[in-house]
Amino acid sequence: MIETHDLSKQFHDFWAVDGVNLSVQAGQILALLGQNGAGKTTTIRMLTALLAPTRGSARVAGYDVATQGKEIRASIGVLTEQHGLYMRMSAHEYLEFFGKVYGLSLEQRKLRKDQLLEYFGLAEAAKRRIGEYSKGMRQKLALARAMMHDPGVLLLDEPTSAMDPESARLVRDEIARLKSSQRTLVLCSHNLTEVEALADQIAIIYRGKILRKGTLQELKMQVLGQPEYEVLFAEDWDSNGLELPQGVELVSRKANSLKIRVARPQEMNPVVLSRLSKLSAPVMAFQEESRSLEQVYLKVMEEVKGFTNVH
Amino acid sequence: MFTKFGPIWIIAKRELTDQLRDWRMIAPMGILILFFPFLANEFARRASNFIAQYGGEAIIDRLVPFSLLIIGFFPISVSLVVALEAFVGEKERGTIEPILSAPLEDWQIYFGKLISGVIPPLVTSYASFGIYLLLVMRQNLTLPTPLVFLQILLLTTAHAFLMVSGAIVVSVQSTSVKAANLLASFIVIPVAILLEGEAGLLFWGNEHILWWAILGVLIGALLIIRLGLAHFQREYFIGREVDEINLRWLGRTFWQNFRGDARSISEWYRVSVGGALKKIFPAALVLLFVAGLTIFLSYRWTAATGAKFMETAPQADVEKIKTDLLHSPDLREIRERVNAPYLFMNNTRAMVVIFVVGIFTLGVLGVMAYMLNISLIGGLFGAMQVLGLPAWKLFLGGVLPHGIFELPAFLIGCAAVLYCGVSFVTPQAGKSFGETGVQLFAEWCKLFVGVIVPLMALAAVIEAHVTPYILAALAS
Repeated sequence: MIETHDLSKQFHDFWAVDGVNLSVQAGQILALLGQNGAGKTTTIRMLTALLAPTRGSARVAGYDVATQGKEIRASIGVLTEQHGLYMRMSAHEYLEFFGKVYGLSLEQRKLRKDQLLEYFGLAEAAKRRIGEYSKGMRQKLALARAMMHDPGVLLLDEPTSAMDPESARLVRDEIARLKSSQRTLVLCSHNLTEVEALADQIAIIYRGKILRKGTLQELKMQVLGQPEYEVLFAEDWDSNGLELPQGVELVSRKANSLKIRVARPQEMNPVVLSRLSKLSAPVMAFQEESRSLEQVYLKVMEEVKGFTNVH
Repeated sequence: MFTKFGPIWIIAKRELTDQLRDWRMIAPMGILILFFPFLANEFARRASNFIAQYGGEAIIDRLVPFSLLIIGFFPISVSLVVALEAFVGEKERGTIEPILSAPLEDWQIYFGKLISGVIPPLVTSYASFGIYLLLVMRQNLTLPTPLVFLQILLLTTAHAFLMVSGAIVVSVQSTSVKAANLLASFIVIPVAILLEGEAGLLFWGNEHILWWAILGVLIGALLIIRLGLAHFQREYFIGREVDEINLRWLGRTFWQNFRGDARSISEWYRVSVGGALKKIFPAALVLLFVAGLTIFLSYRWTAATGAKFMETAPQADVEKIKTDLLHSPDLREIRERVNAPYLFMNNTRAMVVIFVVGIFTLGVLGVMAYMLNISLIGGLFGAMQVLGLPAWKLFLGGVLPHGIFELPAFLIGCAAVLYCGVSFVTPQAGKSFGETGVQLFAEWCKLFVGVIVPLMALAAVIEAHVTPYILAALAS
């Protein structure tokens, strides 16, 4: 579990993180989105008790970041921006070393090492020097290191950035498994599709401040407004006779289609469909207009920076 | 016990394994182990043959211990690169963060690196010793006594700890390996000078003084380890600081600390200088105690040594010393040679030198300079007693009039140096090494400008214009 209150970090005259409030429960994934240098890594480092907050407080796995750094570091797994691999070691030795650092017993080390190397497809290469590994293999090994002591909280910075689609899928599956086994996860990623698929909560951070925060649906509602639905007709049909219920707004009308904005889709969409049916409308499809996290993110950035090249 | 110290060995073992896999480390170490003993052996053989022609047997006996000292030093200075990049190298390669994110104490990481930095040079040095002694045994050279060999072994070990602990401090504080390597000269050169001094002691034949050298080097190493631990901050390793001198920051930090919140000179004296005096008060108390002890010991030593000297000294010489001391001073000559600006410049310059050497030795040489000066008072009393002259009269007339101002200024200056040294080796929460240094320099400057300079000026005027007259009056 992670709770932060007004978490802030100042470097000289620059506020890298400014008043961040977060709450991530066990079994939840929070995704931190933002440009490079927005403050994601600094936030992660404060949660790891590597950086002392200038202002505010945070508790990770029940421990205070200001006073219980060692306890926090024992309870979390961190995948850092730089993977921190020793090139002259083998994967086997690397995991063994960190297993010892985290105080695991010989049996625990052997079990976890075998499990993780096997899962990430590194078992065959386990005795080769890490310097000979591909980028993706290195990233998987770094992730294995973060998971070696089976921590309750995982802070993952770009967990799949260097991976091929197959490996990325493997990692996403593992993240989903960790979530279902009640782990708390914070994910920093530029891969918005991945975030969309995994995150329970999303926070968009810009120049150290959280601009928007919520579930994907909440963010879509906050940023892009109410959802829009398109009704496609099999043939041209005069929809002027259709009376839209309260809470449904007409966006556009064409001969073979209709676009509406619906405040409460669960309640209103059945009413609209029923009225169309009564009028014997040749409805071919009734679909929500696609609104991705990317649209949300770019819209937020557009608002804050006045982007002109986003749609 | 293992849970506390176990992680140190885990860190050290990984580092050592990593080093042993790097041929760039192994090759120079192997060459040093094999090459230097043969070189030193050849040097000792030729030198002993040469010296034997002139009957310098006493020096020949010292050649082997001297060679051992040198053989021990070279591998340490070469292997220093391991310690120099212990932290900053990991920072540059991006491998430090997982270690810092692990549940380890700062001191466990620090000592892990320290041990991994000390073991390779020591193993290399000891192996070189072994090879060299085997070579010596095959020649007709005299082997060192077991005691001297033990001293050299300990001295080499102490050198290794001193240099490696210095290199680790450099590594912790540097932002790049390049900067750390450049700073290595500040470790190698002073230790090389120290080695020259130790070699001098060895040739001099006063082995018992080598024990003090071993103790001194070990104390130095401990102080440096403490310094490194005091300024070990995880935050520093993951920062994005670059190697550049931020003059604006330096100036602002210095001025903020020098001026404090004062808006007028009187307020500056009351708040800033007063605050600085309060801070150095415990150090001043320690130095007062040290002064008492030093005066007593120097008095005892001078009185005892002087008494022995008097037994053998020609009576005519003793009488001449007494007459000269009791003779009324030539005031005109004194005025020509010793004037107030000269005395003022001399004393303030001494205070600056004490600060500089004191700060680089974490206060140690500052305290030693203080003890040396204060010992003159005890020495004066001891010498006067031996000569049967009135010491109190000379002290009250020749030292006290200007000493009322000069001695407190000297005490404050040395206490400030001790305070700075102690503060440097004490953890300063949330402050970088540089910030601590600038703040301490500002504290010293406050006391120097606000207290030491005015007191020294007053003392110089009295010493030039009042003390000689009192001495003249007393003599007549």
